[in-house]
Amino acid sequence: MTAADAILVLLWAGLTAYALFGGADFGAGFWDLLRGGRRSDAIGALIEDTIGPVWEANHVWLIFALVVVWTAFPPVFAAVASTLYVPLTAVAIGVILRGSAFAFRKSVEEPRLERWFGVLFGLSSIITPFFLGAIAGAIASGRVPPGNAAGDAIGSWLNPTSILGGTLAVGICAYLAAVYLTSDARRTGDPALADAFRWRALVMGAAVGVVAMLGIVVLAEDAPALYDRLVSRALPLVILSAVAGLGSLVLLYRRRFSAARLTSGLAVGSVLWGWAVAQYPNLLAGSLTIEQASAAEATLVALLASLLVGAVLVVPSMIALFVLSQRPRA
Amino acid sequence: MNLPDIFVTVDQPDLWAARAQMALSLAWHIVIACFGVGLPLLVLVAEFRAQRGGGAVYDELAHRWAKVLGVLFAVGAVSGTILSFEMGILWPRLIETFGSVLGLPFAIEGIAFFIEAIFIGIYLYGWDRLSPRVHLLTGIPIVIGGVASAWFVVTANAWLNQPVGFVLTDGVVTGVDPWGAILNPATPIETTHMILAALMVTGFGIAAGHAWGLWRDAGSRLHRTGFLVAFTLAALVTPVQIVVGDAAAQFLATNQPIKLAAIEGLYHSERGAPLSIGGIPVDGQMYFALQIPDGLSLLAFRDPNALVQGLDTVPADQQPPVLPVHIAFQIMVAIGFALLGLSAWLGWSWWRRRDPPGSRKFLLGSILAGPGAVIAMEAGWVVTELGRQPWIVYWVMRVDEAVTAARGLPIGLFTLLAVYIALTAGTVFVVRRTLAPGPAEPRA
Repeated sequence: MTAADAILVLLWAGLTAYALFGGADFGAGFWDLLRGGRRSDAIGALIEDTIGPVWEANHVWLIFALVVVWTAFPPVFAAVASTLYVPLTAVAIGVILRGSAFAFRKSVEEPRLERWFGVLFGLSSIITPFFLGAIAGAIASGRVPPGNAAGDAIGSWLNPTSILGGTLAVGICAYLAAVYLTSDARRTGDPALADAFRWRALVMGAAVGVVAMLGIVVLAEDAPALYDRLVSRALPLVILSAVAGLGSLVLLYRRRFSAARLTSGLAVGSVLWGWAVAQYPNLLAGSLTIEQASAAEATLVALLASLLVGAVLVVPSMIALFVLSQRPRA
Repeated sequence: MNLPDIFVTVDQPDLWAARAQMALSLAWHIVIACFGVGLPLLVLVAEFRAQRGGGAVYDELAHRWAKVLGVLFAVGAVSGTILSFEMGILWPRLIETFGSVLGLPFAIEGIAFFIEAIFIGIYLYGWDRLSPRVHLLTGIPIVIGGVASAWFVVTANAWLNQPVGFVLTDGVVTGVDPWGAILNPATPIETTHMILAALMVTGFGIAAGHAWGLWRDAGSRLHRTGFLVAFTLAALVTPVQIVVGDAAAQFLATNQPIKLAAIEGLYHSERGAPLSIGGIPVDGQMYFALQIPDGLSLLAFRDPNALVQGLDTVPADQQPPVLPVHIAFQIMVAIGFALLGLSAWLGWSWWRRRDPPGSRKFLLGSILAGPGAVIAMEAGWVVTELGRQPWIVYWVMRVDEAVTAARGLPIGLFTLLAVYIALTAGTVFVVRRTLAPGPAEPRA
């Protein structure tokens, strides 16, 4: 394994963490927007308490991924950012609105303002993962050529694979959030609320499963190169994802919430790793391999060393934060 | 001084929009980022005093400041993310060519920022969940993470001014030394200048909020204490900053002489060059300036007869815009000395009677010092960024060679402008609300 490969693995681990934790924070916004009825306040309070302490730390995975890509694989970052200028700007605006709306909502007391910031928080929690998924679709379907804005400014992200990616991303975020919130609600001693989220998780999980199956058809038509690899080299991961996804639904149904949390993460994580396995060694599908895109060896070694030191500092701190965020007030 | 001919001008009709968008995002983020560096320190001081018998006032201050920190950190985290997008959205050729060289400090900054974000979560959430002692300790990584991320990200900007750590052979970047790039010659002075500026913006900014509180309610102990703690930090830093600023100008005299020439509006190289205070430099002439003979040579080289390089030593298309750079520098220095005067006023009063100056004029000055420190810091960034033009990487790559070839940049710019206006309104509204005196305020 070269230094570039090792960095790619760490990058993908970071992106997986972003999907599993940051993704669930987006999903929480989704459910926050859709809340209503007699449990509305309880749902809002649970969401605020659950993601409040952790969302900023979870958000840093995105920054981490960006800086690692531009340091280790500069031409990839240049090509992706310049061709996908439109969806990236949409993500940027979504990120600003979401983070600030959430922080502002916590700091105001007037119900009317709270509601407005809440709507903004919810909408941006849907827009942001949609465009992130669309960007993933653009890269996976080989629509980002190397160079300075060399790809189609619109068609690169407005195409079947990107729409599939965006829809899946929103659905996965909402599903993960519902699964996590189910066990969070149970931990806070509100079984009725836990059950409300359990139903949301079951419905959303089934919906994501249906979209994923339709997605197979879309990929076969729209991204045949990726499809071929997904059903050959990456097939074990695809199957793992399907099994873990189905298993999660069973576990949820039987109220084994902690186990469902793990299998749901596994289902989502193996989709990401399946994509990576299918596309490797191409970083831009069909046009730029990891060897062609890698930075100078000295940079890769320095970056790898920094990331390993960083992991020693960040991972235990992150665990401490997660543990603390589950602890009740003394 | 030949342009490497491998760099080609990008076909981009809206270069202005790319520059405006970058300037907008940077100028906005940098203010919030300052509080991310300085405010954790103030919060910790207040909490420390509260735990050491400082009383309910310090406890209340620690909580209010922490609330402000929570909001500003959230807004800073997202506005900083936008900047990392824009490195590629707007300047893909910079990253494509030099990502290998200047990427590392951003990656390490990312790690430092991670630490800061995680411990802010722990600190804010752990207030009622950890013992007071442990809680105070969890604040320390926030301070370290904040200062470290500022340091690393400013080294990347320093590198744009003093690009080293690579060899350019036939248009190919080779011999990359990423640590050498981080430790480029501009790093020590630029990082120090910026971190001190962050402390000044935080100190004067928070003090201004409390000065406003005192203006309306002179008897408030909360505002008096908050004002004193924050203002003291800023007042201690200000004289140091002026010494560091002078060193920064001396550094420019040798290492970026054209930037210094633009700052001073010095069109022709001169021995015994005068220092121009104020004035309007246009069309190769300095008008209405108060000129101190030999002043510039003396300040820049500590020698009244030293030769100071003028703008005309480089072709016109390689000169930065003189007027805005000169004016911005004058504003920065003028405000810097005004803040020094205000600090001295407080120091004098405290020395004589253990009390801040009672006059309304001092309070008014302190209220103005908040925005003043921000304006000075922004003016400093105008000097360093516009003073480097037309280069994005000094003497190596021009801004118009780094820009994206994508179309429609003004649409992105104006959309983002609208978002930032809304964000500014929201931030000011929420922060004012948090700092304003509440009903349960401890009284004198």
